[in-house]
Amino acid sequence: MTPKSGDRFSDKIMLETTTARQRISRGFGMKTILTSLALLGLVLAGTAAATTGAIAQEEAHSEAAPTHFPIHQPKEMDWSFAGPFGTYDKAQLQRGLKVFKEVCATCHSMKLVAFRTLEDLGYSEAQVKALAAEYTINDGPNDAGDMFERPGIPSDHFPAPFPNDQAAAAANGGAAPPDMSLLAKARGVTRGFPQFVFDIFTQYAQGGPDYIHSLLTGYDEQPPAGMEIPEGTHYNPYFIAGVSLKMPNPLSDDQVTYDDGSPQTVDQYSRDVSAFLMWAAEPHLEARKKTGFRVLVFLLLFGALVYLTKRKVWAGVAH
Amino acid sequence: MSEGHSTYTPKTGIGRWVDARMPLPRLVYDSFVAYPVPRNLNYAWTFGGILALMLAAQMLTGIVLAMHYAADSSLAFDSVEKIMRDVNSGWLLRYLHSNGASFFFVAVYIHIFRGLYYGSYKAPRELLWILGCIIYLLMMATGFMGYVLPWGQMSFWGATVITGFFTAIPLVGEWIQQLLLGGFAVDNPTLNRFFSLHYLLPFMIAGVVVLHIWALHVVGQSNPTGIEVKSKTDTVAFTPYATIKDAFGMLVFLFIFAYFVFYLPNFLGHPDNYVVADPLKTPAHIVPEWYFLPFYAILRAITFNIGPINSKLGGVLAMFGSIAMLFLVPWLDTSKVRSAVYRPWYKLFFWLFVIDAVLLGWLGSQPAEGSYVFMAQMATLFYFAFFLVVLPVLGLVEKPRRLPNSITEAVLEKNKGGGGGHPARATAAPETKG
Repeated sequence: MTPKSGDRFSDKIMLETTTARQRISRGFGMKTILTSLALLGLVLAGTAAATTGAIAQEEAHSEAAPTHFPIHQPKEMDWSFAGPFGTYDKAQLQRGLKVFKEVCATCHSMKLVAFRTLEDLGYSEAQVKALAAEYTINDGPNDAGDMFERPGIPSDHFPAPFPNDQAAAAANGGAAPPDMSLLAKARGVTRGFPQFVFDIFTQYAQGGPDYIHSLLTGYDEQPPAGMEIPEGTHYNPYFIAGVSLKMPNPLSDDQVTYDDGSPQTVDQYSRDVSAFLMWAAEPHLEARKKTGFRVLVFLLLFGALVYLTKRKVWAGVAH
Repeated sequence: MSEGHSTYTPKTGIGRWVDARMPLPRLVYDSFVAYPVPRNLNYAWTFGGILALMLAAQMLTGIVLAMHYAADSSLAFDSVEKIMRDVNSGWLLRYLHSNGASFFFVAVYIHIFRGLYYGSYKAPRELLWILGCIIYLLMMATGFMGYVLPWGQMSFWGATVITGFFTAIPLVGEWIQQLLLGGFAVDNPTLNRFFSLHYLLPFMIAGVVVLHIWALHVVGQSNPTGIEVKSKTDTVAFTPYATIKDAFGMLVFLFIFAYFVFYLPNFLGHPDNYVVADPLKTPAHIVPEWYFLPFYAILRAITFNIGPINSKLGGVLAMFGSIAMLFLVPWLDTSKVRSAVYRPWYKLFFWLFVIDAVLLGWLGSQPAEGSYVFMAQMATLFYFAFFLVVLPVLGLVEKPRRLPNSITEAVLEKNKGGGGGHPARATAAPETKG
């Protein structure tokens, strides 16, 4: 729309004497964008707030028959393995293993975890051998074609308490207890907007253990008046898929004996076994975070050097 | 641009011998060293290189993962866990690959939005743009099939839902679905063919990438002003200028990628995929990977019948239509000016479209109930209106700002600096405020 001109100076003169119409359209552009964006943001926020409000109201109206689960968000605990430098507390994992063996393992399998990996918990090779030998493993067929039983060895995995899922379901009121190998990564309550954005910066990745801990300590609460709890199930406001679950409260105070003087309470048991399950699901977490720190430091330094080089290369070139 | 005379001169005897027989070194030199690029490219232009890097990284980690993976419905889940637990650095390979897919899509979305903002699809770059759209389609197919391989609950049910779309097609729908599945439901044959195709498609992507780069090197890169290169002063040599800038862009991108791989490796995944697939147990909410969520929201937004088209077919048509829009963009946009920098109204609508796409993504992750459905319908309406109304109409009615005469002029104006409050500066270099 401007006449073609090779001279930048004359262009500038032209621009300074732009017509009033162009001035208006120019001012219009920037301001409209900003105000429109602001308005749109307000409208979106308003709609979102209204929606959330409406949903919250919906839930408040039907406290006895909620439609969204869990009823309570999981409690956020302090875990030793959280954050960029998180590590497992070996004493805690050993206590958690004890809780698992004496309580959980009567119904739950953990078939992806091999005894040999228990050395991660601070046990010696001999201790792991002894621990594996406590279990009886079905093996075979032998040369005669027969199945036989033998004591466990470190390369074996934790044997399942039931021969198959059907047997497990039959013995547990129709629902097979889930395998625990990955439980701490297989459970996570949706955090919602905007919390999930903040989680990126706080590195929140403990949704699984938080959920397990909340569930194990959530049996004490009483259901609200008028709520129907199906026969053979147990109310738990932290359960992710309904008002109640088939598993009864598995823990009670002084149920498992600790040798290290830690408090023998449901709260402590549940923290310990949740931490243990996190290890079972993510055994290489420490190596991952340690490697990650080195990688990030390297990328930061290398990036800085490349940036300086880039500045030098482009120094004489307007761009 | 590549039509220009080659300046490659082999320095050694061997170099001259090869050059006379198969001038591959000359091709590399002309394409990645002497190749002229506009001097005013900003960091949005580094994503092409980043995408090439991600494709290579995905292929590399994928090939090693395939050495340990078992594509059998009774072994797949446990074989992935074996990689995570027992294979040396297996956890690293697998997290790199699964998060790599996500970041591949992060990069491709920025790359596509870059193209939309600066009008990179306009003549003579229509074919370049369409080749890019084909790559994106292939990426979606690859990403979807890859997500099925770990054989978790979301793998299985995601595959069930997505292959179910095809049954909406009249007459041949059922047949197509059964061909995809290798049976009547998602099962072992499905997993086998998805693994085979998941291994094949990246090589097809690489092939189309070659065409994409070829087309790019014929027409040359666009740039933030949208003005074609006119003289030698408008450009700099690819090496060292673009190479070093791309390298820095890649390192920043890799930093964010590594942050997720090492500290939040499961943030972008779904917990249900750590539960082995169970055909008898439907998850409460079936959600696809995050990069499909906007399209998933559009699919579910069509809750009503339109004449003879029932809501199911309507949803599928809307979803495929939303992707088809991209292919038509070069002809839907009627503006003579390329870059949004000089198009105040287009700039506004572009950012509204970005917000709309993000909103659709969020809605896709929410259950399709209550006011979410209405919001998704409004967002879908705007999505299509952007392509079918805004793009054609704006080009006809919008009054663009004054364009600089050349890239060099724009750059020099921008670098003037100093005299604050100079009335000319506001329009002389609006691309700095892009």
